Amino acid sequence: MQKLRALLLISPLLAFILITFIAPIADMLFRSVENKIVEETLPHTVALIDSGGDIETVVPGEKVFSALYVDMFVAAEKKEHTRLGTRLNYEESGISSLFRKSGRRVDRLDVEVYREQFENIDPSWGEIATWQSLADNSDASDMLPRAMWAYNAWRDYLIADGDNPDEEELEDFIYVALYDDLIALEDASEAGDLIQRSANAVPDFETVNFKEAFIGFDKDWGAEDVWKTIRTYSPPYTEGYFLNAIDLQKEFEGYSVRPENERIYGVLFMRTLFMSLVITGCAILLGYPIAWLMSNRPMREANLLMIMVLLPFWTSLLVRTSAWKVMLQQQGVINDTLVWLNIVDEAGRLVLINNQFGTIVAMTHILLPFMVLPLYSVMRTIPETYTRAAKSLGATNWTAFWRVYFPLSVPGIGAGSILVFILSIGYYITPEIVGGTTGTFISNRIAYHISSSLNWGLAAALGTILLAVVLLLYWVYDRIVGIDNVKLGG
Amino acid sequence: MKVFTKLSIAIAFTAVTATAVTAADMADEMTIVSWGGAYSNSQMKAYHEPYMEKTGIKIINDESSNEAVAKLRAMDEAGNVTWDLVDVVASDAIRLCDEGLAAEIDHDEVLAAAPDGTPASEDFGELIVSDCFIPQIVYSTAFGYRTDMVGDKAPTDVCAIFDTKTWPGKRSLEKRPINNMEWALLCDGVAKEDVYDVLATEEGQEQALAKLGTIKDDVIWWSAGADTPQLLADGEVVMGSTYNGRLFSVIEEQNQPVAMLWDAQVFDLDGWIVPAGLSDERKARVMDYLKFATDTQRLADQAKYISYGPARKSSAPLVGKHAELGIDMAPHMPTDPNNAKNTFLYNYEFWADYRDDIDAKFQAWLAQ
Repeated sequence: MQKLRALLLISPLLAFILITFIAPIADMLFRSVENKIVEETLPHTVALIDSGGDIETVVPGEKVFSALYVDMFVAAEKKEHTRLGTRLNYEESGISSLFRKSGRRVDRLDVEVYREQFENIDPSWGEIATWQSLADNSDASDMLPRAMWAYNAWRDYLIADGDNPDEEELEDFIYVALYDDLIALEDASEAGDLIQRSANAVPDFETVNFKEAFIGFDKDWGAEDVWKTIRTYSPPYTEGYFLNAIDLQKEFEGYSVRPENERIYGVLFMRTLFMSLVITGCAILLGYPIAWLMSNRPMREANLLMIMVLLPFWTSLLVRTSAWKVMLQQQGVINDTLVWLNIVDEAGRLVLINNQFGTIVAMTHILLPFMVLPLYSVMRTIPETYTRAAKSLGATNWTAFWRVYFPLSVPGIGAGSILVFILSIGYYITPEIVGGTTGTFISNRIAYHISSSLNWGLAAALGTILLAVVLLLYWVYDRIVGIDNVKLGG
Repeated sequence: MKVFTKLSIAIAFTAVTATAVTAADMADEMTIVSWGGAYSNSQMKAYHEPYMEKTGIKIINDESSNEAVAKLRAMDEAGNVTWDLVDVVASDAIRLCDEGLAAEIDHDEVLAAAPDGTPASEDFGELIVSDCFIPQIVYSTAFGYRTDMVGDKAPTDVCAIFDTKTWPGKRSLEKRPINNMEWALLCDGVAKEDVYDVLATEEGQEQALAKLGTIKDDVIWWSAGADTPQLLADGEVVMGSTYNGRLFSVIEEQNQPVAMLWDAQVFDLDGWIVPAGLSDERKARVMDYLKFATDTQRLADQAKYISYGPARKSSAPLVGKHAELGIDMAPHMPTDPNNAKNTFLYNYEFWADYRDDIDAKFQAWLAQ
């Protein structure tokens, strides 16, 4: 009962965190495997591919192309074909324009011949009422799945455009779907008269060769690479994004390592970890003495130091990063001073920025307060008497510090290191501005895929891996240092 | 319990009034997204202010064009598009159109005809690169160089960027393959008309990267349009690429010792898209604004504040003097015949196809 009441008390917070934090992150991470777009945009093509029918060769036969025509027609009307093109273009260059072009062309492809032949069998095929009654009849719908799907899709997109389908003439592509259904229908004996007569007639129909037509739109439709990509990425879930994120690739024949000139993420992950470690180390080296001074000097001096630590903390991140640019660039303050002092000559100005060095300097500076503050709050609680007692027992200054004071301050180092390390591992804006080519982090690529290439699946996969690495390191840290040994104060 | 009831009533009341207020505001407010800085300013002066005066509608400027594509996609997924009109570059407009995030426009119906009656679609001509795109300006990515750092040999050829012997010093190039790959091939002996055919092949891409590799250590890679102007002004680089309007402001407004290298400049377009899925009422309001803001006079007016060429043919003769400096703007336009002797037009179709692939290779090459 008590527990329940306690739970009730925190439930607003819990709900808040769930809705605004956990759920969006889970949704984003889910995108790293989600791949429904192919199946949803080309449902019949994918169904035929999955069932293995008519695809002994990589480039499928006419049946699949006929299904592709119906899928593509609807997708083009709903303007979804280009989205799929963009998706598949991540895997194979050229598919984007292939889909855009084909979407325009399917609209103009003349397939009236199907409609004419059906209307010759029975003029009622041309009437909406016939189709609507079939759509309302579940037996007929089962028998003619593709035609009914095409009919309903046609109604839907007309309604979406603000038209009334009951006043429009049926589109020709619906008859292509009807033909495909009837050809595939094995037993028409249960069906109504109209379908029976039509099913008997379709084998003699004059047809359009859709394979030729599509290859006529663009010869790439006859290329193995395009079909390999479509077939590799047809399942609703894919590990492809994760493979891409670790420099592998999913191919029709299986997994393979990316060619060397495209490998980048492994390098970036290693670099991100390495530089975050270096930055954490620098922050400890610089932050420890400051925190020590702050906790051991009189109040007035300590407060002054505290303000000096906090002032940059309150300054905008961009301002601080840009200030480093002014300081470190080749015509900047540091180089100018060195030249003025004749330490380096005009031609030998040091390259201090747009590389790893610049990133490490700027980020150490920016993250330093996150090291100093936990250290300070831990050090303040270490009684002065301990070191004095050690000294009175004969310890030198160094021994007293190293054997007594330092071990007591370790929890502060632990807390500061975790903060700095985890913050720097996901840092984005500073490496972007001062990192050049050798100082950028994995987060810069994630940002690129989120905002520029729109490859959110790959961005999600990279983010998931980064999250997993952080959790793993946290676990290792807990095993080695012990998370109980981390204090943020008192 | 009583307190709680009162509180919830108060909250409900606030919520209701708040929605009512927003709804009322929506009626005469419009959120227009653009790039910020001098560019937004030129739009403010040339389009927004006269329009607000004429109609009383309040225009809110949002400076998010940089991430417009990602944000529009997120808004669309959330089912809550808060933008009415978005300023994007043409390649983004094509992608937004592909993704179904931008509404298709009937240019002749929505936009004003030229003063002589030429319909809008002809006046803009082939600059309408997508059914969703309403062109506004032509800008170019060109080079600027420090006149005091090139000695007495002012560069006249784009290949100067690869000639570190004659012009030593750093160069700044954009941190993406687009434009850089074309220049590299052009300077590696590939004929201009073959550039994209070559770039479509593995070997061509390697050739371009190899050519860029000859100056890799001399390049500072930029990602914001303001970087090159700053690097030039500080003397960090001897030459660098950026948008021509940025260079104009370094040269004419800040009087830095910088000059233009127009050779092989790459034309690109910037313009409006209307987000898909706006309510009829909002859409009607946007269309009314568009008709006003993209007419011949308004486009020519914008050139008073920034050196980008108006996208309408009929606007060109109306381009006058800079509003504050009083100098003639025509010679500073990328489209001026003296500047446009050798130009590229951003190949939208090629980059839509090859962007992901070449970018992966380019970034891997950079990280090596």
